[in-house]
Amino acid sequence: MPEMLEIRWHGRGGQGAKTASLLLAEAAAMEGKYSQGFPDYGPERMGAPMRGFTRISAGPIRVHCAVYSPSIVVVLDDTLLSTADVASGTPEDAIMIVNTVRSAGDVRAELKLKGRKIFTIDATGIAIEEIGRPIPNSPMLGALIKASGVLSLEAVIDQIKKKFSHGFRPEVLEGNVRAIRRAYEEVEEE
Amino acid sequence: MGRRLILTGNDAAAEAMRQIDPDVVAAFPITPQTELMHKFAEHVADGDVKAEFVLVESEHSAMSATVGAAAAGARAMTATSANGLALMWEIVYIAASYRLPIVMPVVNRALSGPINIHCDHSDTMGCRDTGWIQLYSENAQEVYDNVIQAVRIAETPDVLLPVMVTFDGFILSHTAEVLDGLEDNVVKKWVGEYKPKYSLLDTDQPMTFGPLDLQDYYFEHKRQQVEAMRNARAAVKEVGKLFDELSGRSYDMLEAYRLDDAELVIMALGSTAGTTKVVIDELRAEGTAAGLLKIRCFRPFPELEIAESLKNAKAVAVLDRSVSFGAPGGPVHKEIRAALFGSSGVGLVNYIYGLGGRDVSMDHIRSVFKDLETIAVKGTPTDNIRFLGLRE
Repeated sequence: MPEMLEIRWHGRGGQGAKTASLLLAEAAAMEGKYSQGFPDYGPERMGAPMRGFTRISAGPIRVHCAVYSPSIVVVLDDTLLSTADVASGTPEDAIMIVNTVRSAGDVRAELKLKGRKIFTIDATGIAIEEIGRPIPNSPMLGALIKASGVLSLEAVIDQIKKKFSHGFRPEVLEGNVRAIRRAYEEVEEE
Repeated sequence: MGRRLILTGNDAAAEAMRQIDPDVVAAFPITPQTELMHKFAEHVADGDVKAEFVLVESEHSAMSATVGAAAAGARAMTATSANGLALMWEIVYIAASYRLPIVMPVVNRALSGPINIHCDHSDTMGCRDTGWIQLYSENAQEVYDNVIQAVRIAETPDVLLPVMVTFDGFILSHTAEVLDGLEDNVVKKWVGEYKPKYSLLDTDQPMTFGPLDLQDYYFEHKRQQVEAMRNARAAVKEVGKLFDELSGRSYDMLEAYRLDDAELVIMALGSTAGTTKVVIDELRAEGTAAGLLKIRCFRPFPELEIAESLKNAKAVAVLDRSVSFGAPGGPVHKEIRAALFGSSGVGLVNYIYGLGGRDVSMDHIRSVFKDLETIAVKGTPTDNIRFLGLRE
């Protein structure tokens, strides 16, 4: 892991990018790392493009600005590929994980990207099957863990269990855990 | 003995409030403060606190209820942001004038218009002459620590003034980060039981708060407020030292970062101070003598300490996250300029930045240090009031 890992999440209001960006930071903190998770709100409404950020570091994090050069980008909605500059500031060796039924080659062509490693996963499909709602954030966490190895899968699942143990029905929690595990297995590298 | 926590700034403030467990808390929602009281309301609903939780119909009422409770002898708190603070305005002055040791987290947000929910300091800077002590926080740890310390600062017998603990909306309020929390019994013991000197409910010692006070004594009462604010300097320092003994984290009115031999200095408050520290580390590695002087306590204002701290500086940039329209620079800059009056040889420049939540990046901070290299040689520029990160 580099000195400080920076992740940028692109999603639409309601897809859970904020929750995912904070949850990953929380899981990292529980593993003894330092972390930040924060959203970048525009107008708060369902469907509006929004971004989330996660920083993970071995030492205390003092910086308090947006992430401009993420080494990992997570795209929760492939309609953002053509409207949000999802590759902005990424280095050549960045990892991009996209929720889509399309191929990585298609994504690369649309983004006109050279370099970078593209991963694809049908997170919305998994979410509908396992959770019963098209909210792709949990499976995207599973895909992210597999693609990047930034944390252990169990650390993230533990944090989800902790966070959603009250206020949610057990089957919702179980569905989310299944969705994460499936995405971990099913994410495809280009 | 600490507890490793990861909390948003709002949750960190609510966690401190849970541990303090004030007698009365009045709440009215406003973005970005809403989640703070949301979290505290959960503690109320879960029975984690004994506080009387008063849901009011406006911020004017929130501050009024807090004033009433504090005058009755209760340890009372509320929290707000921006337009909510503006609606409280007349009672904000009254809280200080009645010498009520209220603690209020204020989540900094731009005062409209046009409407904007994001961070700048226009709300609390507008409050700088209300007679409240103001502590600005750099990160979630400082939010938590400042709320706890604020109780003891406010209740110091020769102070008895309300304290605002401010932190940057969204940048801190909605960012989860790692902090060390103290144990519940440790906080409870350290803040102690509040024994008000004067109380409306003390029928053995009948007391009037806020009677008519005209030409005969009003002026003397204002003079006493001036004295209380002077006494607050020692209280902020002393409570900071005591908190260090408790937690291992020291606090003063100012925080110097790599300042001793610094020639190029940025002065900032709030979360931007953290970003500035990271840039300073990079510049130091390149051989540039860069440093930071962070203002934690803006009211009372530590002018003598600032003049002393800057005596080796060649060029100083003051970052202001609000505008003082028609004035010679932002509110922080004006006071620094006054503090440095008579000190020759230091170039001083002001940057208004980050209004309405405009992000201040490390590149922005680097550009300020770059400007300071020139100012260190040529002195205060004629265009000494500048804008950072603005399209013109």
